[in-house]
Amino acid sequence: MALTIATRQIDGVTILDLSGRITLGEGSVQLRDAIRDLIGKGVKNILLSLGEVNYIDSSGLGELVSAFTTAKNQNADVKLLNLTKKVKDVLQVTKLYTVFDIYDDEAHAIVAFK
Amino acid sequence: MDSVAEIEAAAEKLTQAAGMDEDESFRVVMAVREAAVNAVLHGNSYDPNKQVSASFENNGKSLIITIADQGEGLDPETIPDPLAPENLLRGTGRGIFLIRSFLDEVHFRQLHPGTELTLIKHLTPAATPDDVTQNDKDLDTN
Repeated sequence: MALTIATRQIDGVTILDLSGRITLGEGSVQLRDAIRDLIGKGVKNILLSLGEVNYIDSSGLGELVSAFTTAKNQNADVKLLNLTKKVKDVLQVTKLYTVFDIYDDEAHAIVAFK
Repeated sequence: MDSVAEIEAAAEKLTQAAGMDEDESFRVVMAVREAAVNAVLHGNSYDPNKQVSASFENNGKSLIITIADQGEGLDPETIPDPLAPENLLRGTGRGIFLIRSFLDEVHFRQLHPGTELTLIKHLTPAATPDDVTQNDKDLDTN
């Protein structure tokens, strides 16, 4: 299942609801384009909701890291919300769990941007 | 990338036939997928004239998967540690690490030309296979 991305805004935070796979050829480019588009528009607070992402590979991890570093370089911020067990597993093994701000609750995540 | 999807599907079938639980199956299938992507992308450099070959075996004690490309070869010792602080924020370089993390044994063999990876996952008693299967297939990189 390819990646679908729905965008919404709450209290100055742009939330991307991702659903599907973030892998080479199946979503990593879509995610990259979506992040670059937001950063290009001057969006500063980006919350990636990953509750419906059932698979991520090393390419997808690379896109998450690139999103994080691209945002930081533009004084923006990317946080993660609602990791599935599989995505959490991969982020922990690769130590990326320590890099991102990760939340299980959307309201808490939104407040954390303040 | 069709061959990657085909190899991934074959690995999933292998783990399911071995009775692996969902978490273990995910890890093995992901490792196999990473190896297949490496073979197509880094090994064969998307060259349509080069092939990726894959074999899948359940010998009753372990799952043994081999993935081979026809590229210029890979020295695993030269791969940077993706957990090192200076590499943690790199966008690439986690594939081999994930393969090693999710499997019990990973062996590299230089071919002429190419690289062969042998991926081994030992079966736990809870995942004793119903049957012993072996399957070989040759796949185009297209």
